[in-house]
Amino acid sequence: MMMNQMLRYGSLAFGVAALAATVALRAQDAPGGGPTAVEVSGEGKEVYEQICQACHMADAKGGGGAGAVIPALAGNPRLADKDYPTVILLKGRGGMPWFSDILTPEQMAAVLTYVRGHFNDYQDPVTVADIERVTTASPPVPDCNCTQ
Amino acid sequence: MDHTILPQTRRELLSMIGKAGGGVAMYQAMTALGHAAETQFSGPPALAGARKGASVLVLGAGLAGMLAAHELTKAGYKVQVLEFQDRPGGRNYSIRGGDKVVETDGTVQDCNFAPGNYLNPGPWRIPHHHRTLLHYCKALGVELEPFIQLNHNAFVHRTKAFGGKPQRYREVATDFKGHVSELMGKALNAGSLDDKLTKEDKDKLLVAMREWGALDKNMAYTGDLKVASQRGYDRAPGGGVGGAPTPSAVNSLSDTLSSNVWTQMGFFFNYVMQTTMFQPKGGMDMIGKAFFKQVGKLVRLNTRVTAIAQNDQGVSVSWEDTKTGQKGVAAADYCVCTIPATILNQIDIQVGPAMKAALKALPYSNSVKIGLEMKRRFWEEDYSIYGGHSFTDQAISLISYPNNNFFKDGSAVLLGAFAGGAGGYQLAGMTPAQRIEAALVQGSVFHPAEYRKEFASGVAFAWSRAPWIMGCCATWTEESRAAHYQNLCALDGRIVLAGEHASYYGCWMEGALLSSLDAITRLHQRAQAA
Repeated sequence: MMMNQMLRYGSLAFGVAALAATVALRAQDAPGGGPTAVEVSGEGKEVYEQICQACHMADAKGGGGAGAVIPALAGNPRLADKDYPTVILLKGRGGMPWFSDILTPEQMAAVLTYVRGHFNDYQDPVTVADIERVTTASPPVPDCNCTQ
Repeated sequence: MDHTILPQTRRELLSMIGKAGGGVAMYQAMTALGHAAETQFSGPPALAGARKGASVLVLGAGLAGMLAAHELTKAGYKVQVLEFQDRPGGRNYSIRGGDKVVETDGTVQDCNFAPGNYLNPGPWRIPHHHRTLLHYCKALGVELEPFIQLNHNAFVHRTKAFGGKPQRYREVATDFKGHVSELMGKALNAGSLDDKLTKEDKDKLLVAMREWGALDKNMAYTGDLKVASQRGYDRAPGGGVGGAPTPSAVNSLSDTLSSNVWTQMGFFFNYVMQTTMFQPKGGMDMIGKAFFKQVGKLVRLNTRVTAIAQNDQGVSVSWEDTKTGQKGVAAADYCVCTIPATILNQIDIQVGPAMKAALKALPYSNSVKIGLEMKRRFWEEDYSIYGGHSFTDQAISLISYPNNNFFKDGSAVLLGAFAGGAGGYQLAGMTPAQRIEAALVQGSVFHPAEYRKEFASGVAFAWSRAPWIMGCCATWTEESRAAHYQNLCALDGRIVLAGEHASYYGCWMEGALLSSLDAITRLHQRAQAA
């Protein structure tokens, strides 16, 4: 808790976030070098490129084939409700993990604003206050057929 | 009535306990007898006497699926296996020259490694206590060789330590131990800990610090020849008139702390990371191939499962051939489903809400591994590094040196990245060529003169972009385990799930096998009781 807060305040000061130490615990067979010095940008476009496009692809059109799909974020009408991608980013859904241990609220707000505004036409920004509101409200993860 | 036969041997006793109380009781008894604390594996399951004509459909020909097919066939079941990919093994996988790697967006990499070279993109090291896996390797004739886990002569690198210059693990680990021992000695001699330990223990601890820390007679960590005998020499011991060695200079406490070397020292203490470790000769997929030799005739490759249904009579699974488009329905009395949750939660499967909820609550980790084929073994020839890992805090996390063919001429494959977390996502988001370029840039820190010069070709495997799994391993938390784990593992009608995701050894082959053995044991009990 203390560590997360320190990281969070540190990231506020410098505009970037150090990788949270908890990430290395995700896989049981770990490299063993401890937390990396990899820094994720504070800018929405760069967060998308450094994190999200690993699965959702550079064009945000997703990937995979019949029956095994990584959803498209581009042109996705479900993103009209900004709480929808927010809760997924906070809690994960299906095979997608939560990103609350990799991204700060600032980074989450920035990347959600970018994804909704750039790959769709939802221009109202997602703010840190939105992230905090959804974190506090903690709604259930929306059910899905996982293709959208 | 009372014709109890007293057990004559420990094996008989355990067998009786097992029959009376089940596996858990037997395991507890074995532990009490000083056995088996290191594993829940107690030998291959004694499944026998399947009802005549009883059948099981296995979905997925990874290790869990093929082990299930192997043991259920031996027990007398009629078994069929459906596998999505064009090869068996699942995550038990090696990439060699001539192989194609296809990603979720259709990107294709051609691996151009020389014959004999390979990358293990998934599992790559086997702990000595993974007894299930080791048992089947031996039983199926998979030849194992040592995996060099701890190499004192490899490097640790941290961008902001030592001006970015990599240090030998041996040197900074010895320095860390020495400085900490000196400080502990000072605290003890100052009486700071007198209320924490007896006089006798204090004396012992002082001796321990002096010996363990390689301190001098004044309890100082100085860099004398005693220290050099651990951390190495500026001038190594030689023969004859000029044989006298010169010790190396130790790093300051502050520099030593900046290296974070304790993360590596601690890493090697992890139960699953302790020596001795093994790898199959010729590539990790030798294990999958050995299982396939046993059950290959039961496996239908290139077969995508589209729906899984069940009723009182049995299980029926709809499938489609990914090459020909042919469609069909496979039917059996029971089903062992080893399809990863990332895929299974997108398939129409007729199970109860509890299992469905479990499948939806199971995110998968991300990992990137990159194989770099080098024209010669410069790490051996120029650095005296034979296997093991050099660690870095850059995205690649480490480079790892091959554990086979030491001293040979010709090319060899380095593991150029084993990235997870943010670094793993960064690399996965790149094109394969960009990933390899990043690995060359970052790995050059260890071998600047040789890394690019000797590079021949590479292959970069991003698990989040593998179309057949779209992730690396299931990620449980304490909360999700409490809410869903039992529901994931429980038999749902005639369907049982198996794989690393249904184990407490997640992400390890051992977990997949233990899960499979548990699943088929319960399935067999159910079938016999039906």
